[in-house]
Amino acid sequence: MEATQGHAHDDHHDHAPQGFGHYFTTTNHKDIGSLYLWFSMIMFFVGGFMALVIRAELFQPGIQIVNPDVFNQLTTIHALVMIFGAVMPGFVGFANWQIPLMVGASDMAFARMNNWSFWLMPPAAILLVGSFLVPGGAAGSGWTLYPPLSVQGGMSVDMTILAVHIMGASSIMGSINIITTILNMRAPGMTLMRMPMFVWTWLITAYLLIAVMPVLAGAVTMLLTDRHFGTHFFNAAGGGDPTMFMHIFWFFGHPEVYIMILPAFGIISHIIPTFARKPLFGYASMVYATASIALLSFIVWGHHMFTVGMPAAGNLFFMYATMLIAVPTGVKVFNWIATMWKGSMTFETPMLFAVGFVSLFTIGGFSGLVCAITPVDITIHNTYYVVAHFHYVLFSGAIYSIMGGAYFWLPKWTGHMYDEKLGKVHFWLTTIFFNLTFFPQHFLGLAGMPRRIPDYAPQFTEFNQISSIGAFGLGISQLLFLYVVIKCIRGGVKAPAKPWEGAEGLEWTVPSPAPYHTFETPPSFH
Amino acid sequence: MKNFRLTAGLVPTLLPLLAQAGYDVNIPAPKSTISFQIFDLHMEILYVCLAIFVVVFGVMFYSLFAHRKSKGAVAAHFHENTTVEVVWTIVPFLILAAMAMPATRTVLAMKDPSNADMTIKVTAFQWKWQYDYLNDGVKFYATLSTPRAEIGSPEAPGKPVSEHYLLETDNNVVVPVGKKVRLLITANDVIHGWYVPQLGVNQYGIPGFIKESWFQATEPGVFRGQCSQICGKEHGYMPIVVEAKSAEDYAAWVKEQKARQAAAEGAQKLSLADAPAR
Amino acid sequence: MNSAHDVYYVPAPSKWPVVGSTALFLLALGVINLLHVGRTQGLMLLIAGFAVLTYMLFGWFGTVISESEGGKYNAQVDASFRWAMGWFIFSEVMFFAAFFGALFYARQLSVPLLGDIDNTLLWPGFKPNWPSEGPYLTTPFHPMAAWGIPAINTLLLLSSGVTVTWAHWALKKNNRSQLIMGLAATIALGLLFLVLQISEYGEAAFSLSTGVYGATFFMLTGFHGFHVTLGTLMLIVILGRSAKGHFTPEHHFAFEAVSWYWHFVDVVWLGLFIFVYWL
Ligand code: HEA
Ligand code: HEA
Ligand code: CUA
Ligand SMILES: [Cu+2]
Repeated sequence: MEATQGHAHDDHHDHAPQGFGHYFTTTNHKDIGSLYLWFSMIMFFVGGFMALVIRAELFQPGIQIVNPDVFNQLTTIHALVMIFGAVMPGFVGFANWQIPLMVGASDMAFARMNNWSFWLMPPAAILLVGSFLVPGGAAGSGWTLYPPLSVQGGMSVDMTILAVHIMGASSIMGSINIITTILNMRAPGMTLMRMPMFVWTWLITAYLLIAVMPVLAGAVTMLLTDRHFGTHFFNAAGGGDPTMFMHIFWFFGHPEVYIMILPAFGIISHIIPTFARKPLFGYASMVYATASIALLSFIVWGHHMFTVGMPAAGNLFFMYATMLIAVPTGVKVFNWIATMWKGSMTFETPMLFAVGFVSLFTIGGFSGLVCAITPVDITIHNTYYVVAHFHYVLFSGAIYSIMGGAYFWLPKWTGHMYDEKLGKVHFWLTTIFFNLTFFPQHFLGLAGMPRRIPDYAPQFTEFNQISSIGAFGLGISQLLFLYVVIKCIRGGVKAPAKPWEGAEGLEWTVPSPAPYHTFETPPSFH
Repeated sequence: MKNFRLTAGLVPTLLPLLAQAGYDVNIPAPKSTISFQIFDLHMEILYVCLAIFVVVFGVMFYSLFAHRKSKGAVAAHFHENTTVEVVWTIVPFLILAAMAMPATRTVLAMKDPSNADMTIKVTAFQWKWQYDYLNDGVKFYATLSTPRAEIGSPEAPGKPVSEHYLLETDNNVVVPVGKKVRLLITANDVIHGWYVPQLGVNQYGIPGFIKESWFQATEPGVFRGQCSQICGKEHGYMPIVVEAKSAEDYAAWVKEQKARQAAAEGAQKLSLADAPAR
Repeated sequence: MNSAHDVYYVPAPSKWPVVGSTALFLLALGVINLLHVGRTQGLMLLIAGFAVLTYMLFGWFGTVISESEGGKYNAQVDASFRWAMGWFIFSEVMFFAAFFGALFYARQLSVPLLGDIDNTLLWPGFKPNWPSEGPYLTTPFHPMAAWGIPAINTLLLLSSGVTVTWAHWALKKNNRSQLIMGLAATIALGLLFLVLQISEYGEAAFSLSTGVYGATFFMLTGFHGFHVTLGTLMLIVILGRSAKGHFTPEHHFAFEAVSWYWHFVDVVWLGLFIFVYWL
């Protein structure tokens, strides 16, 4: 792969503007990418802080730190902040930085709208997190917002609903932008089947977003009218049904969880070949597997509802469909391992995160499969087993890939190498504490400890204590990540255009840090 | 490859050990016809997943170990192989199909409440349960019986001392052992979940709808569970306690309940009759 | 910025996005205040939000129009707009899908379930017929008949689809007067549709709170009516631009985008006519 750069002729506007003010008006994908990434980092700490309060309360049975209703609010907002504030914007940040660089485009297709997508996030975050301050406190119905409980809530529920609307608008605009950039702005010669994997995964993710965010908007709109305008969508007295909300919510909710993992698959598919110094194994099957996961994700939502009392046929259908997803996901795992096989591997921090991702995500996938077996789910539904499952796929899945990806591209973004030693320490601390936090939760769940409770029976104490200790270790280790990032931005060894020996792709053909404007005339891609 | 075989051998031998360790690390002992099946299903799937994990990650860790640059490994250049790709698509599919078969049988059994010996209507409230024995005419509420002081609050932190802290009620649900008990579950305000793991039941109560479930306890005992769906601030405080008793003990219990109920009703009538006089 | 034709146009920094976010934030605060704090604060915030939103829309679209007329958009930019509009309309389809889903769910599942044998314990005597207001509300009501105003509205919208296509052909042949006539006719049909829709609402013998029938009826037709309103406003802008001499036979994506949108609104109506009114 080889590319020529076409920006030499208009170097005159290649000075990145100074000061923070320009971020409000910027149309530059790199600026906007950085905004998203910082937003994600801040939200990760805010959501993590809530998790730490949750874990502190759960350190021992009895109520010590927060009242039960505040506990529920923390659980709810922790999840919403992590999902809509940390993981999704994090991936959009990667998309903004990397997609134009990877496909050889001068910027995103709609640079101005791109800025709007970002600037919708802070108001939404203010509504969401600010709802703790209003009378009655934040929404306390769990992030799933099931009625009638969410109909009972106060003004914070409306704030949450409107925040979801605004974030939805942002996501839809963002996805339209990404799809258009990918379909319309690739460098000549870059056919679809030669696109980098990260670009493919985001293309498919963007389709998922466009298909399901409006459905979520519809669901919360019905919630709003049920709350205030006398409709009976979710009220049996008027012929509605609370179960209907669950169906609509999970029609969004399940694809949503793949929205949070497909870009991660993309990032990992760049890191592993780079450090194995070997091309990605099974590129075409990776693309098909990603597409199959996305398609299947539309017909499995019922696995969150095995206990609502669907007919046997419904349960069986959703069980089979859910189990099927293990096949394409397995293909991806096997491809990564085959990429490592007979490579020439080194283990810089991004690779450590990638290997951590593959092993720990698979554990999360297996526990997902256990949940998918309807009868087994009966005993573990809404217990800590599920909490363990989704933190394995979300933290050691999504968050690991974000961190690994950050280490991987930081040299390109900042022009400096990060501190390798600290990076490795960060990885090991994170991995140890992560497992300490979440592995014992499997046992708690199997033994029958329900989720979303502030207090528990004494037989669950030991594992909860281990988990809480792990959580604090995990939280503190993340401060190290913040430190490494800031240190890398402020200085360090100069990074060459291609800091990783085995790296491939257009982004490595431009200098580090990537100039403010790149590929103003498309590079040629062979 | 030696490491690999070692781990592969160790894991299955260690696992039952773990299961017997001091802590509960597995599904609690099954006590109903369905929960036995659930337990077995879980064990089967767990072993299959462990086996896959060991094989797949055995390969990966071998590769991590052997194919590293510092050991002088030179990267090969292959990047596809249709045969292995087809194999690793089909084999997992077959494994899954094999898992799905016993699971299907259990789902069908679980979902079949016909030929029940008795029916209990369960209504959930924020935050208590109401039980209505439709055949025997017994009806009562069950609420948490752990003293509030033990639970505490941020101002006066609690100190749990009861043996069954949070898992005890003032009125337990009593059922006869070996009888198929059909449950008609609903709720009055928000969604709740009637969840007793050892009996293999976890069923939401949805306000305005009646949902069916059933269980058949296989031995006498006391089985504890909790509300499984978030239902507001006391969600953590609405336990379920089921006592399975022999047929005679159950009949005695029904009699006693009826007597109590009649007495209570009498008292209520009295006080109603008194009311205008006051 | 470079406006040479082989270079993809990247706009200069712009204040409009932040203005737009401010507008939405104000609107959200307005809704919350209206519902929970007080009418005056709520209304004031809402008015402020709408004002800022209008300012943003005029400013942003004004910029886009002058960029377009200034020849800054090459064929590739044009293609971007096409993709974007197409997928935007798809997202709208999914939004309506949520409400259609609610309608189908209520008709096929929740109402029949409420009337089934187990539920006689809770709702004795409830007959699960459609249209239904549910087992608890018992004010008798008359559902909306399909073959009055709704049928006329169907005809109106279908013919407006024809007139907008006529205008498009005229534009392609550079026949400006026919273009303007076609657009004006489309707008007139759209407005007539809205007037009839409002009068139908006025005659309705049930309301938003008449059980799940009222809820799905008003939410579906209401959101559709809102989209017709937006479409009509967009058509009016396009009419104004056509009168000013904008668009060329080759280069008129704004026109096409609006006509796509109009056809989408049309198709949604067909779904409504069939599933809400007729069947
Ligand atoms: C990134 C997010 C993410 C991902 C990727 C997944 C992936 C999967 N999830 Fe998970 N899930 C969540 C996030 C995620 N989930 C969340 C947030 C919830 C809780 C929501 C809430 O209630 O709040 C949840 C809940 C949840 C439930 C409901 C549990 C309950 O409430 O009772 C179920 C049940 O089926 C489930 C199943 C699965 C399955 C089968 C997969 C599969 O995709 C996993 C596939 C992967 C593998 C299987 C491993 C790799 C494969 C191989 C090595 C091949 C060989 C394997 C075999 C042949 C077995 N998930
Ligand atoms: C991507 C998503 C994501 C991520 C990353 C996390 C991260 C974490 N989560 Fe969360 N979680 C969810 C998504 C996520 N979670 C979801 C969807 C739910 C379900 C909610 C529901 O039931 O509705 C949930 C629920 C949930 C529960 C169950 C609560 C309940 O049922 O009542 C618990 C309990 O242990 C928990 C713990 C944690 C912990 C310890 C972390 C740790 O990884 C966090 C690590 C900690 C930090 C990163 C903090 C660093 C901060 C400091 C060191 C302090 C400095 C502070 C400031 C500067 C402000 N989470
Ligand atoms: Cu009742 Cu939770
Ligand atoms: Cu799911």
